[in-house]
Amino acid sequence: MSEMLNTLEQTALSDYKYGWVTQIEADEAPPGLSEDIVRFISAKKKEPEWMLEWRLKAFRQWQKMEVPRWPNVTYPDVDFQSIKYYSAPKQKKTINSLDEVDPELRATFEKLGISLDEQKRLSGVAVDAVIDSVSIATTFKEQLAEQGIIFCSMSEAIQEHPELIRKWLGSVVPATDNFYAALNSAVFSDGSFCYIPKGVKCPMELSTYFRINAAGTGQFERTLIVAEEGSYVSYLEGCTAPMRDENQLHAAVVEIVALDHAEVKYSTVQNWYPGDKEGKGGIFNFVTKRGICAGIHSKISWTQVETGSAVTWKYPSVILKGDYSVGEFYSVAVTNNHQQADTGTKMMHIGKNTRSRIVSKGISAGVSQNSYRGLVQVAKNAANARNFSQCDSLLLGDQCGAHTFPYIEVKNNTAQVEHEATTSKIGEDQIFYCNQRGLDTETAVALIINGFAKEVMNQLPMEFAVEAQKLLAISLEGSVG
Amino acid sequence: MLSIKNLQARIEEKEILKGINLDIKPGEVHAIMGPNGSGKSTLASVLAGRSSYEVTGGEVEFMGKDLLELSPEDRAREGLFLAFQYPIEIPGVSTTNFIKTAVNETRKYRGEEPLDAVQFLKIMKEKMKLVEIDQTLLSRSLNEGFSGGEKKRNEIFQMAMLEPHLSILDETDSGLDIDALRIVAEGVNKLRDGKRSFLVITHYQRLLDYIVPDFVHVLYKGKIVRSGTKELALELEEKGYDFIKEELGERVDA
Repeated sequence: MSEMLNTLEQTALSDYKYGWVTQIEADEAPPGLSEDIVRFISAKKKEPEWMLEWRLKAFRQWQKMEVPRWPNVTYPDVDFQSIKYYSAPKQKKTINSLDEVDPELRATFEKLGISLDEQKRLSGVAVDAVIDSVSIATTFKEQLAEQGIIFCSMSEAIQEHPELIRKWLGSVVPATDNFYAALNSAVFSDGSFCYIPKGVKCPMELSTYFRINAAGTGQFERTLIVAEEGSYVSYLEGCTAPMRDENQLHAAVVEIVALDHAEVKYSTVQNWYPGDKEGKGGIFNFVTKRGICAGIHSKISWTQVETGSAVTWKYPSVILKGDYSVGEFYSVAVTNNHQQADTGTKMMHIGKNTRSRIVSKGISAGVSQNSYRGLVQVAKNAANARNFSQCDSLLLGDQCGAHTFPYIEVKNNTAQVEHEATTSKIGEDQIFYCNQRGLDTETAVALIINGFAKEVMNQLPMEFAVEAQKLLAISLEGSVG
Repeated sequence: MLSIKNLQARIEEKEILKGINLDIKPGEVHAIMGPNGSGKSTLASVLAGRSSYEVTGGEVEFMGKDLLELSPEDRAREGLFLAFQYPIEIPGVSTTNFIKTAVNETRKYRGEEPLDAVQFLKIMKEKMKLVEIDQTLLSRSLNEGFSGGEKKRNEIFQMAMLEPHLSILDETDSGLDIDALRIVAEGVNKLRDGKRSFLVITHYQRLLDYIVPDFVHVLYKGKIVRSGTKELALELEEKGYDFIKEELGERVDA
């Protein structure tokens, strides 16, 4: 064991293979944040007055708010005046089709393994790609439109579907919900909008790919998904960033609305740059994700595979308002080297006969800190609410930390809330057993962690499960000697 | 196939193997017997390369290579198999997936193409019959919740899948009822083909009724103190280990 630990101390994170920078001219705002910048962003996007007012209100509130200190993470204060809040890849003209996208950008997507052409033709996954802050191209739009599905960039949605945006934007995560949500509301420059009309089952996975490219910028995207009565959609987001010595801020907001009998499945494969092995650089990933099961028998399911970012702070949550609604949270969070993650969920049972299920798998290596923080809340009128939570932690080595902070608030005595938690270590005997069958240690660790995370990985759409499995293995490469 | 010369090993500060000499030729079955604490399982672990044991002297040649220079996984890939006394559980990893990974890692090492799912399943079906193992067991997480007998049978099944040159069975009979013992032994016997060799470590003679060895060695206090044919095992069964101690001039408390 001691040999394993020594090697553990010495080894570095494997090369982050998404660390390139694309040489594209960017149209940027100067660093700093003020009302002028908010107006600048809104003007750049040719937004209507109501949108500007919405942003300004959020900005004014944000100025009065404090940076949250309660997560179990430590990091230097972010200098909000040194960040550029708008950076758009410069394009020569409006894009009418995929073929007109900047070839450099196209190459970027190909490096990411999401050749838009390929995606379009083969995989049946519709992709919206957001580089820095701007949505570049949305594939499959026409095919989706035939069924009345709207899948476009947030900017476009504000222009083309103002009635829907005015109705739903901020309805789940209010503009002034918390510090980072308020910041996002003031300066978000793009994101994805998805609307599934009544009774429509979206025939393909919808996907957004986020990429931070320019230096010194923050990324503030905003995603809104509205699933009308009886509709269904499965949505996936992925993200990567270049390797930079500085920390970059990513403060996104995702809102989901599920009406009567609607179901939304939201999967995330988060692979922002985690910083180097000394903990230099990496993304600060401060994200607010919340869905509301507004209608009866509605269902929202969050699945996340979190392997990147220097500091992660996010709690995809579900408000179970509709009777018989269901909320699910499946999470694998991997931290290595100096990474810190404080992640979990909130399940707020308001309606009767609501159910929630939480499965959290934390994997810690190096000198990283990995915390699960979850709240299960059962309101006074939420008769017969059910929750099951399972939080398992797996440690690699003896210098990392795994923490569990479960909060349970129950105000209705018909509720049934169960919580199970385990902490285990990858044992030397497990590794040796695998070695004895011809598996080297890296392969053995990959196998063991994928086994550990299986219940969550099984929730991912097929197309991404394999990629996510590889990602888990890569994130922990070299962490056991 | 395997040639051990004056092998010495310790765990932490404790000397356990104090000069082992043993030669195993292709097709031979050797049994190692001995009282508790004599070093039987240590010998198995050292040969397989478990890092908690330190080799302090001696040489081991396996298939023409210096075994002690090889990593545990390379020893396995060269065809050395250890059936564990206490097989390890790996939650969430199906036995089938585990064995497929093992088989293909070994094939890769030997420069062979990996087996695809169809080829693998075909071979698996054949070998399943050999050890009378059930498909449902193989779909479950590796060794998790398996009974003692199921774990041991699973070890023999893996052995059959990996087709090693030398198989070391570390007290495979411990914790088995007579039926399970028979099935495990038959599995081993079906793999005997005149080329593969076996090193059977056991505390009791019982297993050797089913797996008949060519040679029997008695390990005592870290040394092989007597070698013979299968009759030696019967003698041990009859007289107990005390007669070995007496022969060595040790006082035996009545």
